[in-house]
Order: sequence, then C-alpha cells, then structure tokens
Amino acid sequence: MKQTPLKKIHEKAGARLVPFGGWNMPLQYRPILEEARKVRSEVGLFDLCHMGRFEVQGPGAEAFLQHCLTNDLTKIKKGLIRYALLCKEDGGVLDDVLVYHAADEEDRFFVVVNASNTEKDWNWFQEQKQSFDCELRDRTQELAMIALQGRNSAKVLQEITTLDLEGLGYYKWAPGKVLGFDAEISRTGYTGEDGFEIYFPVAKAEETWNALMEKGHPHGIWPIGLGARDTLRLEAGMSLYGHELTEDINPLEAGLQWAVKLGTDFIGRDALKKIKEEGPKRKLVGLKLEGKRVPRQGYPVLAGEETVGEVASGTYSPILEGNIATAFVPRDLDETREDLRVQIRNTQAKARVTPLPFYKRNY
Amino acid sequence: MAPTDRKYLKSHEWAKKNEDGSISVGITDVAVEHLSDLVFLDLPEVGKVLEKDQPFGEIESVKAVSELLSPVSGEVTKVHEDLADNLDLLSASPYEDGWMIQIKPSDETEWDQLLSAEEYEKIAHEE
Repeated sequence: MKQTPLKKIHEKAGARLVPFGGWNMPLQYRPILEEARKVRSEVGLFDLCHMGRFEVQGPGAEAFLQHCLTNDLTKIKKGLIRYALLCKEDGGVLDDVLVYHAADEEDRFFVVVNASNTEKDWNWFQEQKQSFDCELRDRTQELAMIALQGRNSAKVLQEITTLDLEGLGYYKWAPGKVLGFDAEISRTGYTGEDGFEIYFPVAKAEETWNALMEKGHPHGIWPIGLGARDTLRLEAGMSLYGHELTEDINPLEAGLQWAVKLGTDFIGRDALKKIKEEGPKRKLVGLKLEGKRVPRQGYPVLAGEETVGEVASGTYSPILEGNIATAFVPRDLDETREDLRVQIRNTQAKARVTPLPFYKRNY
Repeated sequence: MAPTDRKYLKSHEWAKKNEDGSISVGITDVAVEHLSDLVFLDLPEVGKVLEKDQPFGEIESVKAVSELLSPVSGEVTKVHEDLADNLDLLSASPYEDGWMIQIKPSDETEWDQLLSAEEYEKIAHEE
C-alpha cells in the first residue's frame, strides 16, 4: 500500500484512513455530510497525492496524446486544461483524465488519471507510444497534489502564492511560487465549487498543507476526505471511473459526447462514430428518490414492473436533502414516467428523472 | 468504554438483561462512530422470532449498509419505534436511549456465549 506524504498529518487530525486505488487515504476527518456542507459553504482542503500524474514531453507529445485521447488536442492551447477519455478500440472507456498543456512550452503536457487506473493507463500509454517522438514520465510519487475547494478557496490560496489567482480562469493553469518554492496551480476540481489544484515537490507537502490550514482558519477551512469528495462530485454530476464509466461503457451513453471530438483521430473513434450513427443503446440519467434509503451501485431501476436499468452511483445529498443517483436506462425510456422506482434490497423507492448536474454553483 | 453491565457480539451489538428477564439490544459507541452519517434504520416488528447471530434489522449510513445481528434467539417483545426518526439518539446515548429492541430469550445458555465488555473492547480496538 502506498502512503501519502501527508499521512502523519491526517493521523494527527484524527482521520479514518482507508485503502483507495492502492493508496492509504483519508476517508473522513468528521462526519461525511458535515464535510460536504463545509465545502459548499466555505472551503475544504483535500489530499490528492494518490491521483496518477504523467508528464509527456517532446515534439511528438501532442500527436501522441491525440492518438490516445477523445478530445481535440489542437484546441488545448498552452496553459489550458481539458477533460478527455482514454478509450479502447471498441469505444469502451479505459479511464477519464484531465490533460494540461504547459503554459510556457509547446511540447509539454501533463495528464492526471485516476489512482485506481494509474498502472493500467501507464502500460496502455507505453504500448501506444511506438514511434511518437516524446517521452513519458510518471511523476505521481515525486509531486504532491492537493486541492482547495469552495467559495473561499482563492482568498486562502492567495495568501501563500505570488500567482495572481484572479487572473487564472476556470480550467487554466500556471506556474507560480507557493511559500517561495516553484509550484503549478490549476483552477480545477471535482466538487462543483470554485477551487484549485496545486502540484509541487513532495518534500513541501506538510509545510504547504499546514500553511493552508493556518491561513484558511479565518475562512472556515476543514480538511476533507474522499467520502465527502464522492458526495460532492455526484451532486455536481461528475463521472467516477468504476461507476459511470468502465471498459464496458462508452462515453456517448455516459453523456460525455462533449468530450469526444469525432473529427479528430484517436483510438476508438471508428467504433464511437458507428455508435453515434446508430444511437447509443442506453443513457445515463439523474434520479431523485423518495424515502430515506440510499441507492447504491448495481441496484435495479424499475419502470412499472419491468427492470429497465441499474444504478451507477448513489448517495444522500446534503445540498438537496434527499437521496440521489445516476443510473443507466434504455435510450428510449420516457423520462417523464411517474412509475419509476429503485429496488433497494427488500423495498422500492419512487424515483423521478432529474437533469444532471443535481447541483450548480450560483457565484 | 463499553459498559460492564451487559454482553456483546464482536459485530458490535450489545445485549443487556432487564429485571423482567427480557434482553435489550443495541449497538455500541464504536459501531456508531464507525458507521458515521446514519441515514436509515430498519427494525423488526413485535412478535418476530429471531435467531442468534442472524439479522434482526439493517442500519444504513451514507457510505454503507450494515446488518444488525441478534445476540440471542427469542421473540421480539418491544421495539424502539421512535428511534428511526431520531438517529441522533444513537450517537448521543448508544447504551441507553439508543436501545433498539427487547427480546424474550428462548435459550438461556446463549447468554454465556456472548463476549464480556473486556473481551469486546479488546476485539473492537484491534480492528
């Protein structure tokens, strides 16, 4: 099991650490719902050192990434970040990633992948690299990654960085000094709030974490675990690999056509083109449920007496004060049906289709 | 600390003998803390016949569902009906106000198979 450089700090803060994607990570420091509310109302600090991070550098870097990823790399100008899928030939999703184009170099990119897929992605990239003129480096264990999320994030981070955060737009990143050392900061996140992700040498992890906790104190900062992160991302309608995405799910049925640019050439394009022409067989919908029981992955979705689909993710949503889920259902399912239900073990909960995301920030 | 006036299952249920011979059942503070963020509780109806170590209900938190196991065999004689709507009672007072059901035991010898507070504490803190 890999250990985050912040393990001691988490233990001291009373975190419950659990295995996640091969890492021992904080699930929670306080009740999960209180942590989720904290991020929605003020600001939270997340340890994301488990996320896989690859650097791709060289004259062939862009062409190589275009070969592997579904988004249009020519649109990812220097300093920009885009979401993309890594697909197999049949269009099934190997992983979902963020691609960062270096702010200062044409030929340098950074790819952030899911912890649980880091090894699989690395091997896949190695296999695909062939003649592309670029180098791949796994920087996961040499760089720390932490996130500040919530409406007060900019105020807190600005106290320890010289980078002008006001000038840093959403899904952009830039190098800057943090506590005097070199770091890179992106305006990204997985919570639906404004926020930042920060990448810097692992030796500075504790110092940076402590400084953010201290500067964040007047702004209400809490450390936040992976439990609340999952609740927040689901409220914000963001996919989680292993739930809304797997090798047996294609991006079009998962509602991610906006990240698939069929005019570019990438592995899986032909299959996805065909799926688009024929129309995907199923679709991902959001559900709001009645009752107190929490829908969970794999629970059947019923229309009348018939099982028509299954839950991908479910949680109690503190912002909506009710249970929510994402579910795969047939493409032609009438979303206005009033007889939809989710089978929750020995009971059934009434469900209504609701547009994704469940939550959108209003600032 | 687990009170010494009762016995335990390693799955974190407690059992306490009442003066009338019935046995009250609940879950320990360790269980409540571990579950965190409780959202739902399903308890049996009065009259239901339970078997030792078999589920008598379910408790659900944001991240997990756990079965509640019966420490002894017997018939349910009383159910804490208001508890499901007051799950805070479980964290505020897991050993008193947070009781879940009362059972009329059918096999007195089962009591001796349960863990003492000391034995339970040892197991609970090894986890």
